[in-house]
Amino acid sequence: MSTLKITDLHVSVETDQGTKQILRGVNLEINSGETHAIMGPNGSGKSTLAYTIAGHPKYTVDSGSITLDGVDVLEMSVDERAKAGLFLAMQYPVEIPGVTVTNFLRTAKTAIDGEAPSLRNWIKDVRESMANLKMDSSFAERNVNEGFSGGEKKRHEILQLELLKPKFAVLDETDSGLDVDALKIVSEGVNRAKENSDMGVLLITHYTRILRYIKPEFVHVFVNGKVAEEGGPELADRLESEGYDRYLEIA
Amino acid sequence: MTVPVQVRSARPKSTNPADFEAVTGRELDWKFTPVAKLQELIAGDLDGSRFDYTASETAGVSLSWIPVSDPRVGSAGLPEDKASANAWAAATEVLLVSVTSEDVSEITITRDALGTTHRAAHIVIEAAPFSKGTVVLQNNGDARLVENVEILVGAEAQLNVISVQEWNDDALHLASHFSRVGRNASLQHSVVSLTGEVIRVNPSTVLAEDGSSVNMLGVYFADAHQHIEQQVYVNHDAPQSKSRVTYKGALQGKGARTVWIGDVLIGNKATGTDSYEQNRNLMLTEGTRADSIPNLEIETGDIAGAGHASATGRFDDEQLFYLQARGISEEEARRLVVRGFLNEVVQQLGVPALAERIEASLNAELEAGVK
Ligand SMILES: Nc1ncnc2c1ncn2[C@@H]1O[C@H](COP(=O)(O)OP(=O)(O)OP(=O)(O)O)[C@@H](O)[C@H]1O
Ligand SMILES: [Mg+2]
Repeated sequence: MSTLKITDLHVSVETDQGTKQILRGVNLEINSGETHAIMGPNGSGKSTLAYTIAGHPKYTVDSGSITLDGVDVLEMSVDERAKAGLFLAMQYPVEIPGVTVTNFLRTAKTAIDGEAPSLRNWIKDVRESMANLKMDSSFAERNVNEGFSGGEKKRHEILQLELLKPKFAVLDETDSGLDVDALKIVSEGVNRAKENSDMGVLLITHYTRILRYIKPEFVHVFVNGKVAEEGGPELADRLESEGYDRYLEIA
Repeated sequence: MTVPVQVRSARPKSTNPADFEAVTGRELDWKFTPVAKLQELIAGDLDGSRFDYTASETAGVSLSWIPVSDPRVGSAGLPEDKASANAWAAATEVLLVSVTSEDVSEITITRDALGTTHRAAHIVIEAAPFSKGTVVLQNNGDARLVENVEILVGAEAQLNVISVQEWNDDALHLASHFSRVGRNASLQHSVVSLTGEVIRVNPSTVLAEDGSSVNMLGVYFADAHQHIEQQVYVNHDAPQSKSRVTYKGALQGKGARTVWIGDVLIGNKATGTDSYEQNRNLMLTEGTRADSIPNLEIETGDIAGAGHASATGRFDDEQLFYLQARGISEEEARRLVVRGFLNEVVQQLGVPALAERIEASLNAELEAGVK
């Protein structure tokens, strides 16, 4: 079993107006097989947390720690974190002109495993995962995210998740911009990955509808750069009916 | 002082270097070029005797030396600058590359023993009517070279010409390419510039007859203190002619410098023409400079399409982050992005073995840059 542990994390970003503090003491612990939902209003710092876990260079960790099975994640480069088993499904995946999905996936798989996958199995795995996610096989020859619709980009993120088999996946608003059918397909992809690998999930979302398909054991309310309340799945329902006003008044 | 000529089509032409004033570096067509390093090539004595080359035996393509008095010499175009005229006047013989086969033929002409003598060269590539062929000019080793390359594409012919610059690091190379494309013929012309201190290859194409077309491609990679320049000119002089110009380059390291000037003229006879030119540059590090200047001159109201685009961008850190977040190392991620960027052109070259070599060469340059 693995544990991803975030302790008293303070993070800031340099802006034109000076240093801006975003995360103000985040504590969070996720074990293999667990699903945690993070919900919170716009601008509360959810993506910042996700990016900081993945190691985006824009964000500065001022204090606190992130460890994976006791090993300091903050000391690792971005690619080392991915190799250690951390995966971030991005809110806004970028386009990479001239690099095909096939080439990208194979390069990533080779990097993560430290060796090239056996060709025959790999082609089969990619084809299967794409079919599961209802992605047309023509995507394989298209350039990464180039001209993909919002929903297609999200499926492509989950395709990577299925193929790269991380220990922990952070899903940053993977549900935004998806219609109901796509939401189901994407959720099934996440659930399949969980079943096959005992992966831990940190699911960032605004809405409870994805929680009908991906069931969290824990819900964290994120306000003003930290966790304001924690509970079980029932907390999500309460948020849906009451909103965040209660927490904003306190903050 | 003479008034600078603005309109490309009105530039003076001459084979006599004395007809051009001394180059100072202030002229429109020299102002981006490091002329101080090039004066001996522009105006000095040049060795215009036969140059050494090696070429594979290829059915349907023949090579021979012809006198400068041959009527084909000068039939594709005439010098528009002093360096080109200097080479024209100095060359005592012209290498004729004659493509006659109607089956596709491919020849690589390698020059790797030019040495450090200041020299002039003149090549005529002639594609007979209905012929199909690929001619690769592969340039390696030392060079202090000024040359004129004339390309004559006969009616209905399909010709692919590629000039590859992989010179030694201190090489100096000035080239003017003049192409004339005949009725319903098509030319693909590519300039691949990788290594050499100063490389200036100026290709111009006249779409001279009905239905002629040209696809002009360029791919370049400038390292620290390297100057790579190309002044591209397409002259639509006949109806229903079509041109595409796509030049893409990457710059890396202090003082890496590239210049692209793209002139397209759509003359008053050129009704129903279609043209699009673009130049894109990717700056991989600080301290590089890419000049990119598209020009479109249109003299007829009846065109099918004409457009241009030019963009110079920095390496996108978000792309790097995305790839690294999937476990790919920074070095490999850079390689992927740059290769992806240049691929649009490399994939069109039409010579798979060459495309592979270029990829390998780009990888080597990138690796050298990361260290
Ligand atoms: N690179 C940056 N430069 C400047 N400000 C930033 C940057 N990144 C985040 N911020 C600011 O930090 C705050 C938190 O942003 P973040 O994207 O983490 O919020 P979020 O909770 O993910 O919001 P949303 O629900 O809209 O996705 C916002 O006020 C945002 O404007
Ligand atoms: Mg966000």
